[in-house]
Amino acid sequence: MVDSALKPAETGFIARTLRESWPILVVLALLALAPTLSSALENPFLIRLFTRAVIFGMAAVALNFVLGFGGLVSLMHAGLAGIGAYTVAILAFHDYDGSKLFGVFAGTGNLAISIPLGMLLSAFGAALTGIVSLRTSGAYFIMITLAFNQMLYYFFVALQQYGGDDGLQILASLDLAGFDISKRATFFYVALAALTLELLFFARLVDSRFGVILRATAQNERRVIALGIPPLRYKLAAFAISGAAAGLAGALWATGQQFVSPSELSWVRSGDYIVMAVLGGMGRVWGPVLGAIVFVLLEAFLPSWTQFWQAPFGLVVILIVVFLKGGLIDLVGAKGPRAPGGGGH
Amino acid sequence: MSLSLFIEQSLNGVQLGVMLFLMAAGLTLVFGIMNLINLAHGSLYMAGAFFAAAFIKLTGSFVLAVLLALPAAAIVGAFVEWAVLRRFYSRGHLDQVLVTFGLILVFNDVVRMIWGVVPVPLPPPDALAGSVHLFEGVFYPAFRLAILAVGALVALALYFVVSHTRVGMWIRAGASNRPMASALGVDVELVFSLVFSAGAALAGLAGLMAGPITAVQVGMGEPILILALVVTVIGGIGSIRGAFVAALIIGIGDTFGRVLLPPALGSMVIFMLMAAILAWRPKGLFPVHG
Repeated sequence: MVDSALKPAETGFIARTLRESWPILVVLALLALAPTLSSALENPFLIRLFTRAVIFGMAAVALNFVLGFGGLVSLMHAGLAGIGAYTVAILAFHDYDGSKLFGVFAGTGNLAISIPLGMLLSAFGAALTGIVSLRTSGAYFIMITLAFNQMLYYFFVALQQYGGDDGLQILASLDLAGFDISKRATFFYVALAALTLELLFFARLVDSRFGVILRATAQNERRVIALGIPPLRYKLAAFAISGAAAGLAGALWATGQQFVSPSELSWVRSGDYIVMAVLGGMGRVWGPVLGAIVFVLLEAFLPSWTQFWQAPFGLVVILIVVFLKGGLIDLVGAKGPRAPGGGGH
Repeated sequence: MSLSLFIEQSLNGVQLGVMLFLMAAGLTLVFGIMNLINLAHGSLYMAGAFFAAAFIKLTGSFVLAVLLALPAAAIVGAFVEWAVLRRFYSRGHLDQVLVTFGLILVFNDVVRMIWGVVPVPLPPPDALAGSVHLFEGVFYPAFRLAILAVGALVALALYFVVSHTRVGMWIRAGASNRPMASALGVDVELVFSLVFSAGAALAGLAGLMAGPITAVQVGMGEPILILALVVTVIGGIGSIRGAFVAALIIGIGDTFGRVLLPPALGSMVIFMLMAAILAWRPKGLFPVHG
């Protein structure tokens, strides 16, 4: 791979965002209309669909920070999101139950406490597993993250007091620092706002010195080392940040569904997130959002045509890998410099 | 833990170990030689079990079914290699993960179309249906003993082929330095196809032996795939010897972890083992590539 010049932004952030990222602005604006559309058509299914798309989008954007910009093919992001989801659900469980977690901590239905805690734990999980997995590279990294994903999966399956295989229903009423966000439309806007903030955060981070080093590490790790920068700690920090964002997506997922299940943590879901990122385009922070929307639409409408929708979906994935290397972004043709992409080594 | 339980669990562990070895052997060779991550290896395991079930129904004989199912799995493997995966040897790992992930979805749906979602019966042969009285008070299912024996025999045969024959020499040469092997006149394409089909047959063998113990159903290959990946990584990617040692460690570790520890911890034992071994040796126990 030829090294391309990586430099922080020279022009204003807003002007550049408008020029390079107009497709996502359009998409976010259209998404904001989803609840109105849903109630106009009297079709509550639509808003559930788009809530799913927004939250999957958040997880895929989190993954893409390390995948598209750090070159790290992680197959454990479903597990990391699951930590956030179970944090919310378990705290709510103890809140409802009145019992104490580990006999010490009281539960809570306040998302202003449980969501940040979930993000923290996800970041911690990512950092802990990252210490082992990031010392390896390439195929080892992929397989190890896959194994850690299954470790988390089996861990939550084994927690019988929290539903085990069947999952855990959230019976306590959840609130965000006193605000009731349980109505579908309210929750949708909360999720959409969270996605927007996440995109802004990662857009700034990718352009920062930290982001430049991360991208440089993905391109040519040896050269980064030669410059006197230890790449491991940057990758580790990036992995933890990505984990926290995945945890946020998971926590919102649990809140919106009032339910968590280990099946959302299975490695197949991790694979889905990679598909979303690649489908949407890994070169942009917002690319995976497009991928998530397409994924959710396919998942919702393919089964109505045929009972066997996974085979055509799998074929679509195979064809995309063979032909469409830059993701859907290539089709909308947004201009501007590219991230190195995680295709390499 | 009583002595008889200890013996029984040890046998279970070794038996899981040889099964994992059959899976990991194909995986580790395919990766070591072709530099290809094949997540769809579990699908070949599933294919082996379903083929065996279908051929038993057709012929009524377990032995005949095995003899037909193994080449069938190898042919499926050869076809997938020829039609799709061949194009991906020189592509990045991400593309390989994606394409084999897509293949899993296709495989699962094709099996669902043909056999449906209900588990398919795969009875063990009548001769091996009962239990064997090992010694005082210790009984063990004959079929599981047979698995152990077949697995150990195949492992030995594989070891012999890889380390004492010309084909094995090509394979080892390809695993340690592909361009050099190719330059020295090894027909690398042929070796690729051969190794992939052989790996598919081994995965199929593991699948059809697991069928009578577990259930023959869609997605049955995925849990074992993860364990086989763990084995491959611990053993060192590309190393048959590493795969064998790691398979036994994981088989025994997993079995005893589940018996001795509370479930939440027991299910995590092998992953913690993996983390510990990789923290100590990031390239696995028997690294092949310098």
